[in-house]
Amino acid sequence: MTPVHVFHVQGNFNYFDIFRSIFELWGNGISVEELHASLKKYPVEKMEPYLQSNFTYKIKVHAFNKTLTQQEKIERIDSVEFLPFKGKVNLKNPDHNFWYLEDYGTDPNNIPEHPLHLYFGRWIANGQRDLIESYSVKRRHFIGNTSMDACLAFIMANHGRVKTNDIVFDPFVGTGGLLIASAHFGAYVCGTDIDYNTVHGLGKASRKNQKWRGPDENIRANLRQYGLENYYLDILISDASKPIWRKGMQFDAIITDPPYGIREATRRTGSQKEMTKAAERGTENHISISSNYHLSDILFDLLKFAAEYLVIRGRLVYWLPVYKPEYTEEIIPRHPCLKLISNCEQMLSSHTSRHLITMEKVKEFESQH
Amino acid sequence: MLTSHVRGVRPGGGFPLRIELEHYPRYSPYGYGLAQASEVKVNNVDFNQEFTARMIPKVEWGALVEAAESLGHRSDLPSEPIPDYGSNEDFLRKVHHVLMEVEVIEGVLKCPDTGREFPITKGIPNMLLSEEET
Repeated sequence: MTPVHVFHVQGNFNYFDIFRSIFELWGNGISVEELHASLKKYPVEKMEPYLQSNFTYKIKVHAFNKTLTQQEKIERIDSVEFLPFKGKVNLKNPDHNFWYLEDYGTDPNNIPEHPLHLYFGRWIANGQRDLIESYSVKRRHFIGNTSMDACLAFIMANHGRVKTNDIVFDPFVGTGGLLIASAHFGAYVCGTDIDYNTVHGLGKASRKNQKWRGPDENIRANLRQYGLENYYLDILISDASKPIWRKGMQFDAIITDPPYGIREATRRTGSQKEMTKAAERGTENHISISSNYHLSDILFDLLKFAAEYLVIRGRLVYWLPVYKPEYTEEIIPRHPCLKLISNCEQMLSSHTSRHLITMEKVKEFESQH
Repeated sequence: MLTSHVRGVRPGGGFPLRIELEHYPRYSPYGYGLAQASEVKVNNVDFNQEFTARMIPKVEWGALVEAAESLGHRSDLPSEPIPDYGSNEDFLRKVHHVLMEVEVIEGVLKCPDTGREFPITKGIPNMLLSEEET
């Protein structure tokens, strides 16, 4: 998912629709020298209208898959000084924005020393990149250890074709990050989670420098932070493997990040051995007894749930963890009522990745499935 | 390790699913089966006529009215949805109020069959059951 596709108007994946920012490409290359040579070839008459002394400007440096220091960014800006800029720099509200982009590939475990490709261009129009910034998890009120990156949450809502007045459900809601993205698109949201403490914002904080969660850390407060509280339907504490929904309840989309048992414990109610542990956790009204919940069971339950509780043409969007050496398309769980729409890989390490799976309900559910 | 878990999943595969509906209350997030509310709050939620109209066929009307009644917020809702409700703003505003604005902060949901009570704490119902109950 290299964001450099911002330069190509057509993309193979629909999430480019979210990110598509339009730039006028002034130069590019696989090395600094090539970039400079390419910029020098760009017709001056095409640049000049934007570089006049009566215009302010700003050059923004961005690297994909690498974090540049302020010093490095300044070096990049200085390196394109040969362009005939005549106006003054204005960082807050410039008339024209220029972007210096470096692409370091997509593998976070194998970041090359030098960028694979460099681009320089004039920004014309944004896709929704600013949106991602404003929804950044860093500034979110209530988060957990595995809060979904804001950008991925938007991609998921986009794959789920979430739209105004939909009802979107997340059966593994956690701190509700996926609901925020859906509510942003005008959908009403609800979710369930088995973890009483997470849902109620109790216990240890997930943020550095903060030991315990504050009194108002909950999903409703998160939505409120973004002016989306109107879209809050309900949150329940419930075991996703248990049927709590009335027959006939229909969701327009199910968007979720099932627990894999890697970073957050995967649990469902059931085993007695865990009883003492659960009691120690001190859930007030009712002690939940949790047992290990096998990944394939989770997915089987999830697909069955989606087949039954989605509207026809409604979508299920979820992440499937994959051990790469053993991956084949066969491992993607299927259901006769659900058609596989897309399967996009995000690398996590050299041996593991996760696949964003999108399925669409194409057939009414019958209980014998 | 991760994929080996997934590999066994096939459509209609033989996983035992515990479905024991009769032990569960008929419940949806729209307030069915409410009883013994001890704290009810009314939130201000922007009225969305189209969404409210979409919700009406999705809810079990009788249960909604009953729940609203038990909370003292029936707001003259009729026992049947009126015909042509989609264009009747007055009616939809009343439905909106009950569906979206009335919230039980502390209370219980009671199963009409078994009497099992599901507590609501800080507006969040706890539907978990112990092993003996499933």
